Amino acid sequence: MLLISCPWCGERDEVEFHYGGESHIAYPDDPEAITDDAWGEFLFVRNNPSGEFRERWLHTHGCRRWFNLLRDTSTHEIVRSYRMGESADQSSGAERESD
Amino acid sequence: MSFSFDGGQRRGFAGDTLASALLASGERVFGRSIYHDRPRGIVAAGRDEPCAYVQLGEAGQSEPMQQATRVEIVEGLVAAPLAGIGSLAAEADPDRYDKVHAHCDVLVVGAGPAGIAAAWAAGRTGARTLLLEDDSALGGQLLGVAAESPGAAGRTWLDEKLAEIATFRETRVHTRTIVSGLYDGGSVYALETRIRPGEAGAPGVSARRLWQIRARQLVLAAGALERPVAFSGNDLPGVMLAGAARMYLNRFGVRCGEQAVVFTTNDSAYSAALELHRAGCTIKAIVDTRDDPRSVFVSRAREAGIDVRSGSAVAVAHGGDGIEAVTVGRLLGESSVVSELDALDCDRLLVSGGWDPQTQLLRQVGARMVAQGASSGFGIETPPPASTLAGACNGTFLLGTTLSEGPAAGERAALAAGFRAEPVVVPDVAEPLEEAPRPVFFVAPPDGDLSSCYVDLHRDATVDDVQRAVGAGLTSIEHVKRYTSAGTGAEQGRTATVNVAAVTAELIGAPLTEVGLQSARPPIIPLAFGAMAGRHRGDLYEPVRVTPIHSWHVEQGAVFEDVGQWKRPLYYPLDDEDLDAAVLRECAAVRAAVGMVDASTLGKIDVRGPDSVEFLNRVYTNAYENLAVGACRYGLMCTLDGMLFDDGVVMRLGEEHFVATTTTGGAAAVLDWMEEWLQTEWPDLDVYLTSVTEQWATIAIVGPASRDVLGRLTEIPLDNESFPFMGIRHGVVADVPARVSRISFSGELAFEVNVEGLSGLAVWDAIWQAGQPEGITPYGTETMHVLRAEKGYVIVGQETDGTVTPVDLGMDWIISKKKSQQFVGKRSLRREDTARPDRKQLVGLLPHDHKVRLPEGAQLVLDQSEPVPMRMVGHVTSSYDSVALGRTFALALLESGSDRMGETVYAPLEGRAIAAEVTGPVLFDPENERRDG
Ligand SMILES: [Zn+2]
Ligand SMILES: [Zn+2]
Repeated sequence: MLLISCPWCGERDEVEFHYGGESHIAYPDDPEAITDDAWGEFLFVRNNPSGEFRERWLHTHGCRRWFNLLRDTSTHEIVRSYRMGESADQSSGAERESD
Repeated sequence: MSFSFDGGQRRGFAGDTLASALLASGERVFGRSIYHDRPRGIVAAGRDEPCAYVQLGEAGQSEPMQQATRVEIVEGLVAAPLAGIGSLAAEADPDRYDKVHAHCDVLVVGAGPAGIAAAWAAGRTGARTLLLEDDSALGGQLLGVAAESPGAAGRTWLDEKLAEIATFRETRVHTRTIVSGLYDGGSVYALETRIRPGEAGAPGVSARRLWQIRARQLVLAAGALERPVAFSGNDLPGVMLAGAARMYLNRFGVRCGEQAVVFTTNDSAYSAALELHRAGCTIKAIVDTRDDPRSVFVSRAREAGIDVRSGSAVAVAHGGDGIEAVTVGRLLGESSVVSELDALDCDRLLVSGGWDPQTQLLRQVGARMVAQGASSGFGIETPPPASTLAGACNGTFLLGTTLSEGPAAGERAALAAGFRAEPVVVPDVAEPLEEAPRPVFFVAPPDGDLSSCYVDLHRDATVDDVQRAVGAGLTSIEHVKRYTSAGTGAEQGRTATVNVAAVTAELIGAPLTEVGLQSARPPIIPLAFGAMAGRHRGDLYEPVRVTPIHSWHVEQGAVFEDVGQWKRPLYYPLDDEDLDAAVLRECAAVRAAVGMVDASTLGKIDVRGPDSVEFLNRVYTNAYENLAVGACRYGLMCTLDGMLFDDGVVMRLGEEHFVATTTTGGAAAVLDWMEEWLQTEWPDLDVYLTSVTEQWATIAIVGPASRDVLGRLTEIPLDNESFPFMGIRHGVVADVPARVSRISFSGELAFEVNVEGLSGLAVWDAIWQAGQPEGITPYGTETMHVLRAEKGYVIVGQETDGTVTPVDLGMDWIISKKKSQQFVGKRSLRREDTARPDRKQLVGLLPHDHKVRLPEGAQLVLDQSEPVPMRMVGHVTSSYDSVALGRTFALALLESGSDRMGETVYAPLEGRAIAAEVTGPVLFDPENERRDG
């Protein structure tokens, strides 16, 4: 069970959250101008790395805000959480102390 | 104390386990094994016991797969031996279970010397400390050593520390609490037994409690368990772990055996031998694998006149229903083969293959293992973050070392959690050093037959089985596990996994570390479903949502259905009507006069803000800028892949204020969906969403007489001109402020009355009274569904399943054609697959036989004589008997359905096929002549 740091509420149990898939997938500027293949890629194709991954989470049973998490999928270590609109690097969000 | 075992009355003492009580009464054969049906006895003294499993209790309290070595004797306990598999109770469990959430700075697992010392060191810093122990008593292995053995100073020190711990405000100690699982982020599950099986409960006290703990730091002090050795006949009753025999002797006063042989790879079994010797048991020989053991333990045994046979091993245990003799021989070099055979009579064989650190918890979160040369077992390579090991589970077996390692671990954990401590003074414990073991995992019998050399007694897996697995080409320990099932038992192969790995390593010629150990998974012991459910049973299983009008429905004898968490009236039977009869009557009443339905469960989302119109244009497939204040519009919502997601009516209450209704089941998902887009893609839109579902009661008055009925309760002009279809009016209904809209889900003239929730019941009752002259008929969801299906209106989730687009449903008219409107899912509607003309499309079906109802979900084919497998071209989504049509009908999704009007399709069922004509989905009042009354 992860201990997730919501950028708005602080550390909370994983059961309060919902997972929202890979983060930073840009919505196409003009969907009508792109091919079926390109639209299909945007719709369905996601990365699935073993290692650090930027993903979206929703604090469903809390502040109900969406935010981003930088998490290692192989160790489950949460490197950082940051707000929507921020990038992982410039984040002023909660950083978990490393043990 | 008296208790029942296998149908007979037995006696034991307070403090006994089932195992110790049975051993004391001379019981040797405990039960039979799972596959080979061989007699088995008690092997261990704790949670490593592979054979002595019992079913406890009776009726609903019956609990399978409990280890006799962990069951405490209480007056009236009922236990029956199991052959490796139990059965669940058929009756409901009357016991109460509960759950506790706890947070601590330091969690110490195991209250042996290391754990007690660690908890004391952590607790004294003020850190919130939790010490959990599976056993009923504190002390760990010390509970099983003779009072006069070395380390007395250590034990006195530990007693002092326990007394001190009791004074720490933030430290708690729980016995009978087994930590069963460790998860990410220091999340821990533990099961506490508060009322022992067979013990009378106390009112309000739960029998078991599941602890859900979040620990900042973990100190694992779970000790070590003794490992057996695989040799021929090693499963005979009477073959027992040496440490277990020592525990039974010193803790329970039970001497196992009159004439024992001891077989060991290390010094620890010498203490067992000497203590049993002093207690009057004849030790026929100590068979030691080491070539030249000469520690103080060995000398003491020799001084006591015990025959110590070095460089030797037990190759065969002989006997019928229990051990009678052993074949002993000299080990040849480094091999597992013996020569110079000799036979010794005995009634017990006490075995010690070494000690395995109990690290399963850390392995559950992926800690890697390494084979430890000296102690011959496996140790943790690197502890996971925020965890420390101390004592025997860290490979530290000397009490003196443990008493400095334990406090250091506790202090380190407290420090890491942000606490500070004074230096600790630990006692000097005088104890002799142990000599290195010579690990032997398995001994080959002289006749080479490996079929009774057991590596897993619980699963009846032998060295022969492992050999066959390896012979079949399996080299991964996980594959060997699945092939042999060794290690898959309820006790998680605690006495098996290392030997399986060692035998596999030897057979494939790989180092033990490379072969590794099987994955460890929670729970560590069988966990009762009741404990996992806790209080979430029966009425508390899931929240139940009811509308403000619910009590009226109950009084009227409504039959309810569950829609999500909501209770909704399905129909209101009169006398002994069944569903079909009631629905025909309810439908007829609505079409002929007037009915009323409680629609309060519909989701309602309040949408406000300057960008509300733009927002609605993006989430719905149609446009809202031209929706007038005081009017409403039906809308569809798609997922990004263009599939229909939800539908509902959007009401415009002001320039920047809307209320969007959703399906009953979709309310939460739609609000989440809207919020997701607002927060993640359109943070620039100034829009605020609020769920107002439960703030409003919604009553629909439906049918040609609805205007007359409502007119008796309100001053709002209700004629078509003043109040047109899809209009909204505010006013007073039955003396209550109300919002009324002209929305129809039946094709009939209808008014939807919205009032604040608390007034719902009063307004419902007023409408009911006002409608008496017309015989107003309350109706349920089934009638609502029939009425809408007659009109070809779809239900999201019934006609759709996430693979259906609005176009498939013939709802192109709700899709904005404006280029500038980029609603969610729009681009997907012209993807190659989504735009295929031969997709399944919504149609109506009229069975040739007017009385036959197609089963919902039935597959449709074009040719009923086609051999199986037939080509399925669609399926029935809704099917009813219609009083308005005077016949049965159905809605279906059918390939190229819109091109098949007038064709016949078939629903092939068991032994028959139903033929039906394909028609458009709107079967009743296609010209919408009834809508305005
Ligand atoms: Zn996979
Ligand atoms: Zn939050």
